[in-house]
Amino acid sequence: MIPAEFEYVAPTSVEEAVRALTEAGEDAKVLAGGQSLIPVLRMRLAAPNVVVDLSNLSELTGVRDDGDSLLIGAMTTHYEVQRDHLVHDHARLLALATDEVADPQVRHRGTFGGALAHADPAGDLPAPALAMDATMIIVGPGGRREVPAAEFFVDYFTTVLEPNDVLVDIRVPKLTGWSAHYEKFNRVAQAWSIVAVAAAVRVSDGTIAEARVALTNMGPTPVRAHGVEEALVGQPATAESINAAAARAAEGTNPTTDGNADAEFRSHLARVLTGRAITAAVGA
Amino acid sequence: MRITVNVDGVGYTDDVEPRTLLVHYLRERLGKTGTVVGCDTSNCGACTVHLDGHSVKSCSVFAVQADRHEVTTIEGLARDGKLHPVQRAFHENHALQCGFCTPGMIMQSLDLIADHPDPDEETVRKGLEGNLCRCTGYQNIVKAVRDAAHHMRPGAGPEAEQVTEETRSPSHAGGGE
Repeated sequence: MIPAEFEYVAPTSVEEAVRALTEAGEDAKVLAGGQSLIPVLRMRLAAPNVVVDLSNLSELTGVRDDGDSLLIGAMTTHYEVQRDHLVHDHARLLALATDEVADPQVRHRGTFGGALAHADPAGDLPAPALAMDATMIIVGPGGRREVPAAEFFVDYFTTVLEPNDVLVDIRVPKLTGWSAHYEKFNRVAQAWSIVAVAAAVRVSDGTIAEARVALTNMGPTPVRAHGVEEALVGQPATAESINAAAARAAEGTNPTTDGNADAEFRSHLARVLTGRAITAAVGA
Repeated sequence: MRITVNVDGVGYTDDVEPRTLLVHYLRERLGKTGTVVGCDTSNCGACTVHLDGHSVKSCSVFAVQADRHEVTTIEGLARDGKLHPVQRAFHENHALQCGFCTPGMIMQSLDLIADHPDPDEETVRKGLEGNLCRCTGYQNIVKAVRDAAHHMRPGAGPEAEQVTEETRSPSHAGGGE
């Protein structure tokens, strides 16, 4: 189908983008890579009056080294994230999860910031962002502010972003030397995650010194599996201790029931996939 | 809105509505009907073209986002009446039946070979994840892509038919990413 008519604005600065969004009010949409928005417009599930395209904001692309963390421009494509050596060395979990997003064509256009701002509960990047304690750097009419991932995701397809806010950068603390794995469960090629698990661990002398685990599609927002993390720390990196920790994966989650899986099956998947993800990460 | 786009080596300047999808611009304005619309839900990949050397689904890009960029469609592959090696490999390996998915399959295969000059079966299947074929069961498509890669390896034929990293633009040169 053909999208409904809209006014197209392609600002050349973040400030101009915020101004355009403010003038348009609630009826504007930000266009990043467009790989979710354009299908939604085509199916007429949304019909904004104004579309503000961020493509010309080249300052929002690329990965920079910022000491203890990486600064990833919100308009950096999945393809660029996948191939970036800084991401590979310091944010392996993010690289692995990005490999699992949609398909190659979508990864050429879709962006890291777009995927986070879209906040699809089945999307593959919110959980790694949460697991890695990423911080969203947002510019709005009141200036610049930083929001931790744990506060950024609010509900289904809903974040703290106001209609006239622009997500400009994502600060991802380095997990240098950690091992990681993203375990995704779906049934057919290029499908969304029914459940997925993002895991990063630091193993020292055969013992799990630190662990980060977050779950995709186990509720309206990504969920940090704190129980699993607590159970892992200080334990030997063995099948027994990993399985014991993975048994706590569904604690505190609120999974939905839909055509792909009911809530009980999702809880089962969370436990099984957590075990697999940590096992793969530690190489046990 | 006025756009200037290079499509298959020819420059075009046109006025388009912002809501015009790239695939509709290619087919309806430029008459490049080699690129087809398959699913309308961005799943099938039949409309795959290259934007600045990287594959995209042209149903999920606005024509205005191609302004000042380069597009290559299936119609831009053959040279002097001779099929591109990927086209020839699809033909020789019987990698199609109805042929509807073929333009997108070939454009994505070319992208895949650019990233993986000697892909194994798993790499081909993962690289074609965004392209659906309802006829072949994919077996001969996988065979064709590996065959094409073999024929396109450095030194295997005319230089113009080989794909190297240098012939592709960085993806961030594409608009809207």
